[in-house]
Amino acid sequence: MVMNRRALLGTGAAAAAVTTLPRLSRAQAANTYRIGVLTDMSGTYRDNTGPTSVICVRQAVAEFANRGINIEVIEADHQNRPDLGVSLARQWYDQGIDMLLDVPTSSVGLAVQQVTREKNKAVLQVGSATADLTGQACSPNAVHWAYDTYMLAKSTGAAMVKAGGDSWYFITADYAFGHALERDTTAQVKASGGKVLGAVRTPFPGTTDFSSFLVQAMATRPKIIGLANAGLDTINCVKQAAEFGVTRRGTRLACMLMFITDVHSIGLEQGGGLVLTESFYWDMNDRTRAFLNRVKPRLANVYPNCIHAGNYSATLHALKAVADMGVPAAKASGADLISRMKAMPTDDDAFGPGSIRADGRKIHPSFLFEVKTKAESRGAWDYLKLLQTTSAEEAFRPLAEGNCPLVRS
Amino acid sequence: MDDIFGIPAPLLFGQLLLGLINGAFYAMLSLGLAVIFGLLNIVNLAHGAQFMMGAFAAWMLLAWGGIGYWWALLLAPIIVAVTGVILEKLFISRLYKLDHLYGLLLTFGLALIIEGIFRNEFGSSGLPYRIPPELSGAWDLGFMFLPIYRGWVVIAALVLCLATWLIIEKTRLGAYLRAATENAALVQAFGVNVPRMVTLTYGFGVALAAAAGVLAAPIYSVNPQMGSNLIIVVFAVVVIGGMGSILGSILTGFTLGVVEGLTKVFWPEASATVIFVIMAIVLVARPAGLFGRA
Repeated sequence: MVMNRRALLGTGAAAAAVTTLPRLSRAQAANTYRIGVLTDMSGTYRDNTGPTSVICVRQAVAEFANRGINIEVIEADHQNRPDLGVSLARQWYDQGIDMLLDVPTSSVGLAVQQVTREKNKAVLQVGSATADLTGQACSPNAVHWAYDTYMLAKSTGAAMVKAGGDSWYFITADYAFGHALERDTTAQVKASGGKVLGAVRTPFPGTTDFSSFLVQAMATRPKIIGLANAGLDTINCVKQAAEFGVTRRGTRLACMLMFITDVHSIGLEQGGGLVLTESFYWDMNDRTRAFLNRVKPRLANVYPNCIHAGNYSATLHALKAVADMGVPAAKASGADLISRMKAMPTDDDAFGPGSIRADGRKIHPSFLFEVKTKAESRGAWDYLKLLQTTSAEEAFRPLAEGNCPLVRS
Repeated sequence: MDDIFGIPAPLLFGQLLLGLINGAFYAMLSLGLAVIFGLLNIVNLAHGAQFMMGAFAAWMLLAWGGIGYWWALLLAPIIVAVTGVILEKLFISRLYKLDHLYGLLLTFGLALIIEGIFRNEFGSSGLPYRIPPELSGAWDLGFMFLPIYRGWVVIAALVLCLATWLIIEKTRLGAYLRAATENAALVQAFGVNVPRMVTLTYGFGVALAAAAGVLAAPIYSVNPQMGSNLIIVVFAVVVIGGMGSILGSILTGFTLGVVEGLTKVFWPEASATVIFVIMAIVLVARPAGLFGRA
């Protein structure tokens, strides 16, 4: 549905992105490292990624200033369309962009990862969720930051089963991300002794009314309705589930992918009591609060979620590697840059110390949160309380189980 | 109860009812489009944006003015209609002598600009709007759990649609409108101010969209894209019903809501596509639409 109008815009957006590239002299170009943030600036995932991701990338660049490297950041809207994402990535790479960031929407993320490898550039995946990015589709030219479907399934899925939710029905967004999240959560539910009663696949994008799917789910009388979707889809599901009395009938919602930015939109009245998994929360410790205070002046009344913070953290680490190996070498081979990034330990205020595995997975702890009720919340964006922490070693899929060709070789 | 095509009958009845509720939105929006197209010959692609503005107007009235749902139901359509009248006077009225395509492109551009402004102001993930306390809660119908608010939406939509149909088909004002559609110059010669009537008709069509937006605000997340998701479907509804046919757009709206609802049970993945498949078939078999005059 959205496709029609977006198709009209697609070519225009691609052309616009290319014309925004400033022309540099050859000498300048050789010492300038160029970053392109390819993200959703206008669609379902805009608030979860989008402008705030760009701001966080620029924050990292600003903190890295005065080290003798010119860094340039440009941005474009891929409108959650794989075809547009690929053509933008191709054009950017051909015009001298060295590294892409964010790339939300798993179908776009997977497609762009492929192009990046062909061109031997580098992509730092943050917004995409599918764990396939470091599984079958893993690439020597890519790192996956912040979170993935396995991490969400392991943290939220296993915790819900442990709390007694042992029968599940899924409402799944019908594309790569939803399928991966449903698959990974199903595995966790079964491993924890639960069972899956069924699933319904909803068209993406363009579904706004989920009542039909909620009623279908309720007909199987599950203890948990798992929402394997994100952004507006999740928000509409939560809203309509309240309307149709889902929770009053003893069924709980498991929002498999929900960020603090979604909580803000749902409001604490309807969102209070939901559980969610993120790998970053601004109010975790002194370092996360310090990061928030530095980036806050740039933000427009929004607090960063783990994708936004991930964009900051990924950019900072990549720039350290660029500085370490020199701009010409980093520009020459994306794969060399990524392997240098893997060799260096990561450390920043948002995620603390961490590392990157051979398959490209950035490793850090994941946190299970419960959304505070209105009475518990003490101020702006005081939304989450920590329920449990999964350690960095446990949070992500074991290296050997991902079928990543880089690991076997 | 028995199974029907392998689906338990209670579930099927529930889905029919839910389809009818979505059909109510399709009917209200396609009715406004049909009225505008009938008299102005403008394919109003800004209709989705005006639906969204209705929902936002309701939110603003509550958040900034403390004005609740019932007053919003009256005030929001008037406010949005005024913006529609301004757009008509400033831009759209200049295009009546040109091909349909120009009006379509202009309103498409306006829709993108309006949505862009709202997106910049309010972000994309939407704002909360509560169901009014009088209409919260639900009826247990035995075969399903029906939120009272959804029942209200169907009733309100039916009343609005029937009232519009009566005004256009059975009153003197409606007779002027229909006459102006046939031959504007002649009607003007009889002393009717046709340009003003055209402007007000556009405002009325926009008000219908905004009223649908207010009805939608408590159900869907109030966000800048809420109209663009619906409008393409609604256009398909109008094409299937027949451009400009009032009764056709109402009937087709409700019917296609039900068809879509059933698809969500039998083949959920295809539920976003089924209306377009029907549109393609209708265009081949009856290019003027089911209720249209060739």
